[in-house]
Amino acid sequence: MSTLDFSTTIGNTWFPAPTFTASGCASSGRELAQFFPLREMGGVVTKSVMSKARNGRPTPRMAETPSGMLNSIGLQGPGIDAFIAKDIPYLVEQKARIIVSIAGETVEEYSTLARKLRSVSGISAIEVNISCPNVENRGLVFACDPEASRRVIDGVRRTIGGELPIIAKLSPDVTDLVSIARGVVDAGADGLALINTVLGMVINVDTMRPHLGGKTGGLSGPAIRPIAVRAVYQVHAALPNIPILGMGGVAHGKDALEMILAGASGVSIGTASFGNPTAIMKIQNELKQLLIDRGFTSLKQAIGYAHRPEPENPNA
Amino acid sequence: MSQINRSAQQVLAPIVSNKRVGQYQQLIINVGDLAASCKPGNFVAINVGGDSSSMVLRRAFAISRVSISSTFGGTMELIVAPHGQGSKWLCAQGEGVVLDIVAPLGTAFGIPTEPVSVLLVGGGYGSAPLFGLAEVLNARGCRVDMLLGASTASKIYAPMEGKRAVNSMRIYTEDGSMGLAGRVTDPIAEIIKDLDIAVVYSCGPMPMLSAITTITDSLSVVHQCAVEEAMACGIGVCMTCVLPVAQDDGSISMLRSCIDGPVMYGSKVQWNMVGKQL
Repeated sequence: MSTLDFSTTIGNTWFPAPTFTASGCASSGRELAQFFPLREMGGVVTKSVMSKARNGRPTPRMAETPSGMLNSIGLQGPGIDAFIAKDIPYLVEQKARIIVSIAGETVEEYSTLARKLRSVSGISAIEVNISCPNVENRGLVFACDPEASRRVIDGVRRTIGGELPIIAKLSPDVTDLVSIARGVVDAGADGLALINTVLGMVINVDTMRPHLGGKTGGLSGPAIRPIAVRAVYQVHAALPNIPILGMGGVAHGKDALEMILAGASGVSIGTASFGNPTAIMKIQNELKQLLIDRGFTSLKQAIGYAHRPEPENPNA
Repeated sequence: MSQINRSAQQVLAPIVSNKRVGQYQQLIINVGDLAASCKPGNFVAINVGGDSSSMVLRRAFAISRVSISSTFGGTMELIVAPHGQGSKWLCAQGEGVVLDIVAPLGTAFGIPTEPVSVLLVGGGYGSAPLFGLAEVLNARGCRVDMLLGASTASKIYAPMEGKRAVNSMRIYTEDGSMGLAGRVTDPIAEIIKDLDIAVVYSCGPMPMLSAITTITDSLSVVHQCAVEEAMACGIGVCMTCVLPVAQDDGSISMLRSCIDGPVMYGSKVQWNMVGKQL
């Protein structure tokens, strides 16, 4: 009987398991709690919340694509005050570890959100979503602009102080992801969430117009997994000490292991939960077994293991 | 709201029978004890395509009927139109194939406390869950009349035994190939007045539900409809299946048709705002 230390750390926060929901894919946890106890996974990353209640984009908001889906929700949500009043106490009561994801339209909005969260107890970390593709103006995707990314993270860091870990969620839709990652880490991010969805479009051949109400949407699911693995691998190679939450099409334990080997300290599960409400539990159990099978005694040993040097040629 | 979908479970359910009924496929699946917690209006979300499938999302189907005392234990009946890749896969599965299902999901039709007269209106295979509903209403002592409509005869779903629980059933087709020529909405106002209908229940395409609401609103009759909007998860986490719905305070919210529905009050749904930016 092998024993495995399955825990992970992000910034100064310890999590008993490396499995998380992906923001926007589990609302605030209530719906999944019907299928398994939320405390059994590493943590709940809540749907990105903004200052005010928001209706989001018009329907249709979804299109299934080969091994994936496009979504165009547009950050529908209750606003930070209702979120703090209703959702946080629920998650605390469930003994779930909570990573609150925030999204803003301006640098100031992110700081305002951070200020409201500063005094809330029970939060393990803050995810700063600077990469939602479903905003009206693509110019507002901060994560496509190194300077804007830095300003957002800097503002949140100054507001929140040094205690709570900040995880910056980045977009893969950039030419040089490593430089964006380096920028937000310099500005005070303790960890990175890689990757947000990839911007895409489906055209309905009957109406001969874009299928989604919002025209473009974010592509998720196994279709984008190789992009996510590449992103995690590249960023881990450049910033080996920065914890990464790897996500993008993780549907099986083997996919989670890929992320870990590429350099992720934890994995988030998103679209897989849409197809299977117990996907996170399944992935967690499979990942545990895969690590044991490969002789690891801790998850941490496996983080970035794909980067190890090639063995020297024994015949040389 | 204490717990969402509190009866929902994920179970492996074998197909007991799968046969063609007109243009549709009737699937009976063995769901065991789960059948007891399914109510008319609830739906089931089914994994499609098998393990190596490129279809990552479940497919949602209205539960048309459940039976608890059959020789197979608890069973659930679904009427499936093989339109898309996922439903075609499901319709091609034979007896004994085990399905990964999540059920019962969503809201159910509200049943009147008094034995009032009710009208059930079904469009296409949207009629399927109305037969189970008719049985429940009948057992409550309600007078149940039914209207079914479709573009053409082959799209009407009306099983022989379905007539048992209804007082009358009238069929409308747009091309006149079955029943009366016309739309199912044509006679509703008259029937409401003639039979003193207290509640209209409906299931079918959104334009039909919207048209019924216009009639029921003008006559101040309650309209409970099962809405249909593309879903990714069926359990309330993805926020794709939203509809604009009026709240008690007069504001309009984007509610999830999977959790706040599929059964909604027609008068609350802002039909003219569907697909628009709020």
